[in-house]
Amino acid sequence: MLRLLLGVNLLALAVALVLASDVLSWPLRYVELAVWVEPLLLSSLLLLAMLRNALWRIPYVVAVVVVIGLVALQAALLADFWRFMGFVDGGWSSLLRAALLAAMAAALMLAYFDLRADALSPAVTEARLQALTARIRPHFLFNSLNAVLSLIRAEPKRAEHALEELAELFRALMRDNRELVPIADEIALCRQYLDLEKLRLGERLRVLWQIDDLPGELLVPPLMLQPLLENAVYHGVEPATEAGEIRIAFARRGDELQIVLENPVVPGGAHAAGNRMALGNIRERLALHYDLEARLEAGEANGVYKVTMVLPCRN
Amino acid sequence: MPELRILIVDDEAPARARLRELLGDIAGEVPNVVTGEAENGVAAIACLAEAAPDVILSDIRMPKMDGIELARHIATLPNPPAVVFATAYDAYAMQAFDLNAVDYLLKPVRAARLAAALGKARLLHPPTEVLAALQPEGRSHLSCHERGRLLLVPVSDILYLKADLKYVTARTREREFLLDESLTHLEEEFSVRFIRLHRSVLVAREAIVGFERNTADDAETHWLALVRDIDDRLPVSRRQWPQVKSYARQLST
Repeated sequence: MLRLLLGVNLLALAVALVLASDVLSWPLRYVELAVWVEPLLLSSLLLLAMLRNALWRIPYVVAVVVVIGLVALQAALLADFWRFMGFVDGGWSSLLRAALLAAMAAALMLAYFDLRADALSPAVTEARLQALTARIRPHFLFNSLNAVLSLIRAEPKRAEHALEELAELFRALMRDNRELVPIADEIALCRQYLDLEKLRLGERLRVLWQIDDLPGELLVPPLMLQPLLENAVYHGVEPATEAGEIRIAFARRGDELQIVLENPVVPGGAHAAGNRMALGNIRERLALHYDLEARLEAGEANGVYKVTMVLPCRN
Repeated sequence: MPELRILIVDDEAPARARLRELLGDIAGEVPNVVTGEAENGVAAIACLAEAAPDVILSDIRMPKMDGIELARHIATLPNPPAVVFATAYDAYAMQAFDLNAVDYLLKPVRAARLAAALGKARLLHPPTEVLAALQPEGRSHLSCHERGRLLLVPVSDILYLKADLKYVTARTREREFLLDESLTHLEEEFSVRFIRLHRSVLVAREAIVGFERNTADDAETHWLALVRDIDDRLPVSRRQWPQVKSYARQLST
């Protein structure tokens, strides 16, 4: 309603500027136009509000035609009324002009609302979520495959096991990842991922899990934690010569779940851009799932990079 | 055909093992022997004399010193071994190599592909300009030749660089190294770390601990810079003094 009033008046302002010979006469033109536009606008709104229920029942396209037609008709009637009152000269062509102008304004406003509805619809949100769902780094896939290949001759059993884990990890990555999942599943996925990283990094990668008192059926968005771990390995462990420890701690505070992830900062190993992109992606997904109820913070202090994620608990 | 001597450089042990296996598989076709393994660029240069490789098979992304920088140092040798990169995925480097017709291997590497690369490897060395362009943030080490050996000087250890007639001297806490580089290029590459004091002197910004008046009658320089950990005094030219002074002010505030 407010958008409609503002929109039509913006249109009137624009038309006034087109008609005005210079900027100074613009307000005057607008006032002249307003005398025309406002009664029509308000009476149209009144009429449409009364016909609201009937309009809902007919198909959308028909309703659009009816609305535009009604507005045009009203404009013509109003113009005729003005003529009757002696304010303007009458004539068919001036009546038609008023009707066409009103119809165009109505069509423009309808198109605008149509676009707006599209942008905010659940389908678009879903598509956005799908697009944002984490994609694993190609770097990880190819290095893992290479590590598995190196095992086949010497340790075929371990190679089999690693391939099975890789398959499961990719199955999880490729399924429909829009629905919330139990946190136990997400943690299992992360363990699989870290096992594979351990295969190629060996002793260089150490992982410490702190999971106390966490109901496994708690629901979380899928693939939120794994990309963060991937970042931690990529920036905190791989570029370092010494072993690096990644710590993951879960804590439940009232009806909030807090997940803290820490990894060492490697001096000179700054690839900040990729990391910011991943964080931005996760932040946006959190917003789509929880709006303002979830938080993601990241920062560096005393040689440790720390990411804190806070989610509302849902069962 | 004599055996190709090969040095494998990769930070992941399984990846090194895999290359070794493949090299064994193609030994009938391309006779080769692995004379060394290293887990990063620094370790590779350290074992260079011993391994005496004809070809270095190197990963790109490694801790301490990556493959790109390794290749840049190798290129300064009188008879450099060929360098063939093997990478799992490095979009940026791959694009640069494709553009400049630099041969590289993708991991997992296929035996046939490895044999083909080694077949022409003797002729190949990636062009230094391409490598330099891949390291906009500069090298981590400078290298110098001493008695036939390639020595590495970590850039973070260098207190100042001084140009003499033909050479540039790098001064660390312990000693001096003679580099075959130009001071202008070094200034461009490491502009973040070093500041110019004089036509012939660059000093590490964090190594400056103070300034003192030049008491000698030399009218050219009024000020001398004091350097952390060593007794050397570095001349500050009149031309550079305003810039150096404003940097020092920033520090003290």
